[in-house]
Amino acid sequence: MREMLNRDTAINLAILALLVAAAVAAHLLGEGFAVTLATKAAIFGLAGVGLNLALGYGGLISFGHAAFFGIGGYVTAILASHAAAGTPVATLPFTVMGSNEMLGIWPMAMLAAGLAALAIGALSLRTSGVYFIMVTLAFAQMLYYFAISWPRYGGEDGLSFYVRNSFPGLNTFAPIQYFAVCAVLLAVALAFTAVVTQSRFGLALQAARQNSQRTVAVGIRPYAIRLTAFVLSGMIVGLAGSLYADLNRFVSPAMLSWHMSGEIMVFVILGGVGRLCGPVAGAAIFILLEHVLGGISDYWQALLGLLLLAIVLFAPGGLIGIVTRRGRHA
Amino acid sequence: MLLAEQALNGLQYGMMLFLMAAGLTLVFGVMGLINLAHGSLYMTGAFACAAVAAATGSFWLGLAASLAAAAAAGALVEIAVIRRLYARDHLDQVLATFALILVFSEGTRWLFGSFPLYLKLPPSLSGAVVLPGGLHYPLFRLVIIGFGAAVALGLWWLITRTRLGIRIRAGEADREMIGALGVDIARLYTIVFALGAALAGLAGALVGTIQSVQVGMGEPVLILAFVVVVIGGIGSIKGAFVGALLVGMTDTLGKALLPGLFARVWDASSANTVGASLASVLIYVLMAVVLILRPQGLFGARG
Repeated sequence: MREMLNRDTAINLAILALLVAAAVAAHLLGEGFAVTLATKAAIFGLAGVGLNLALGYGGLISFGHAAFFGIGGYVTAILASHAAAGTPVATLPFTVMGSNEMLGIWPMAMLAAGLAALAIGALSLRTSGVYFIMVTLAFAQMLYYFAISWPRYGGEDGLSFYVRNSFPGLNTFAPIQYFAVCAVLLAVALAFTAVVTQSRFGLALQAARQNSQRTVAVGIRPYAIRLTAFVLSGMIVGLAGSLYADLNRFVSPAMLSWHMSGEIMVFVILGGVGRLCGPVAGAAIFILLEHVLGGISDYWQALLGLLLLAIVLFAPGGLIGIVTRRGRHA
Repeated sequence: MLLAEQALNGLQYGMMLFLMAAGLTLVFGVMGLINLAHGSLYMTGAFACAAVAAATGSFWLGLAASLAAAAAAGALVEIAVIRRLYARDHLDQVLATFALILVFSEGTRWLFGSFPLYLKLPPSLSGAVVLPGGLHYPLFRLVIIGFGAAVALGLWWLITRTRLGIRIRAGEADREMIGALGVDIARLYTIVFALGAALAGLAGALVGTIQSVQVGMGEPVLILAFVVVVIGGIGSIKGAFVGALLVGMTDTLGKALLPGLFARVWDASSANTVGASLASVLIYVLMAVVLILRPQGLFGARG
């Protein structure tokens, strides 16, 4: 067991180091586009880390995490576009001004995503199994249709903001500096997940996944534990959405669509469910595949689909599972 | 008059959703499998109908082709992929069927290109009929309502009155036991899956005559079918029927009536905006209410 843990830790650190090394190397070689790809991988990895908290450790198969990703993105875009126009976001019950400070935007994005996760989680967690999957999917889809039919913030066309938000002391427009911001947040989220999953709360969450009835018998209410995990998970994904909006300086309903939920889930499963760095590896591989397969064929999504099928059918532990030769849960 | 027309539209929409949801709920109930690729089978039916109808000039041949193609695609998918997933957890099922969607969508794009196809109605089905009360209503929408009702009756008969139905219900209750009694489970599951696929294909072909036939058309319908199944209760055909009509009516009437209702309170433009946005989320509100009152759905047995 001890040897296993060390091996996992080594793999976790190696994956992060590899991502950072790839970005730095690309920067030194003057490959700005590759730095942006690495940034995308870090952001999607962060989203995966967030989902993994609910999915991997809590066993909550949410197919609706695009909702939190999109909310994080929309909060960012709305605040930034109001700041650019100099108009208030809201005047009732009190005046809220736009902002282009990442440090101000992140908490707002996380708060909004967390509140949505609280509402959606409170309803969805009344169900379990297949119902839970469908209900989370449906609620996320509700926000998607809402975003499409709400013309004020772009409707179907999405919402652009032309200037990337700022971070004190950094030039966020320099690809490598923005990568640094995203990589540090990813590392923080990983550390947070490591601490949380080893805490009493995290152990209770994993106990509830493994055997809900026994958890009740020792005096823990699974509902409250799961809801907390769902909200934390939604907040991390919301932060990832905020970073993604800033990367593109654009948000659209596509961020809320169920394809996005599926992709975030794919990052997690590709890397390995319930493994700390699994989602980071999964996201990086996904971005790489998208890039490489996209160069091979216009129909690269079909290739991606076949590859995914092969992994699900023949390597259920994900790619890290192949490396560590171990089943899926830590 | 407008209300009656919208109610009929809602009924037609509901019947179409029922065709989708029936297959989903059968597969959930009997095999415990969540199949995201159900919308791809709907798309397969629509494309098969459009292609065959264009090649032969006969809508009815196209309709037959849609049933055959979707059932064949369903059987193939079940044998090649799905049957390896019954013993797996829902996560694997979700991911594998999500991968199937990618394969189906891109495969169809490769075969038929990105442009939408259009299905022409046969002359015998186009035009409008005058209903009692003087309402002119498109004949074809009435035909869809008829198809839905016929399928509902047929399924009820199949499940409650035939040997296959007995086996399906037995498989739902205890898989090992009916296997021990000599029923070929693998074949039974393939048949049920192909049956669900054929219904989805039929829905796709019918809707293809109202809207265009294009890649990705199955996905919004799939989500609605999920909402229907959640409302009706997993595994219940009756639940799928009631849920589908509820969702169809709520969606259609909401979109038709809400902007007008709000216009009595607000000015026209904001009433339109708010009304349209609210109407688009109305069915999810309906789902939330049902979940709060009955988390297992209206006719669901399990929680």
